[in-house]
Amino acid sequence: MNSDHLIIAKKRFTSRLIVGTGKYKSMEECSKAIKISGAKIVTVAVRRVNIQDKSKPLLMDYINPKKITYLPNTAGCFTSEEALRTLRLARNIGGWKLVKLEVLGEKKNLFPDMIETLRSTEILSKEGFKVMVYCNDDPLMAKRLENAGASAIMPLAAPIGSGLGIQNKVNIKIIRKQTKLPLIIDAGLGESSDASIAMEIGCDGVLVNTAIAKAKKPFLMAEAMKFAVIAGRKSYLAGRIKKNFLGSSSSPKFGLI
Amino acid sequence: MNKKNKIKIKVNGKNLLIVKDSSLNDLLIRLKIPINKVAIELNKKIIDKKKIKNIILKFKDNIEIVHFIGGG
Repeated sequence: MNSDHLIIAKKRFTSRLIVGTGKYKSMEECSKAIKISGAKIVTVAVRRVNIQDKSKPLLMDYINPKKITYLPNTAGCFTSEEALRTLRLARNIGGWKLVKLEVLGEKKNLFPDMIETLRSTEILSKEGFKVMVYCNDDPLMAKRLENAGASAIMPLAAPIGSGLGIQNKVNIKIIRKQTKLPLIIDAGLGESSDASIAMEIGCDGVLVNTAIAKAKKPFLMAEAMKFAVIAGRKSYLAGRIKKNFLGSSSSPKFGLI
Repeated sequence: MNKKNKIKIKVNGKNLLIVKDSSLNDLLIRLKIPINKVAIELNKKIIDKKKIKNIILKFKDNIEIVHFIGGG
């Protein structure tokens, strides 16, 4: 099992849990939660430097990008142009090519705008980016993203930050069957069992932010997510028994007194 | 230094007065920006950070300086 790593764009990662770095109370809390989670990839946002108040701590001072892979995202982008601009800037910070594309369509539910997402995936792939794509759980659209050059398909479980868990297992299973690309559940998980379920239906990884950062005890939830992902993955690889509506005793009948 | 020697530019949406003929590098030093941790756009074009010493800022230049922060 030690060699059962997550491979994205030919890069190997020892953890199948990807965590977000937003919504924590402090940078200290964020970096400690990441450490406990065992994650080797963290998502980060690209924003303006505060030129007036430079007393605020920098993310890079707490999370070393040489030890943990930064996955720049396009959170907050509602058009392809905004997303492309953000990721080109991210690449310029220090050569980041592995990115998370997220083009939102609507402010209330934060669902992805798949037309803009598809367009952006095509352009970014041509520019040499390795694009991990936040998308809805539509198998047809997932196929189109794959054809457009995506490096990973990342369907939502439920709306971002909702904590509802996987709402459409059937679609996720269909996407699993049709693609060899890394399939990562991104957004909507609430507790560790949600992560296990994602792994048990064959996902290659999960991306969690709010469920850890906003848990009453973020460090404990980070640990729970770590083990849930490992458990779910092992369960998937072990191969579950067939479901049966009748009982089947576990003790032999032979030798009954 | 009088006002005549200064020009107005915009940095991250805020107006800023800088000394005429300042380079982009001068500006980043003045703002204490760690160059290896940011990306820079000048008038919507991404700047190659190796060339910032050769870029002289002009009146009404619009500069965006971004970095990574926590996000999901």
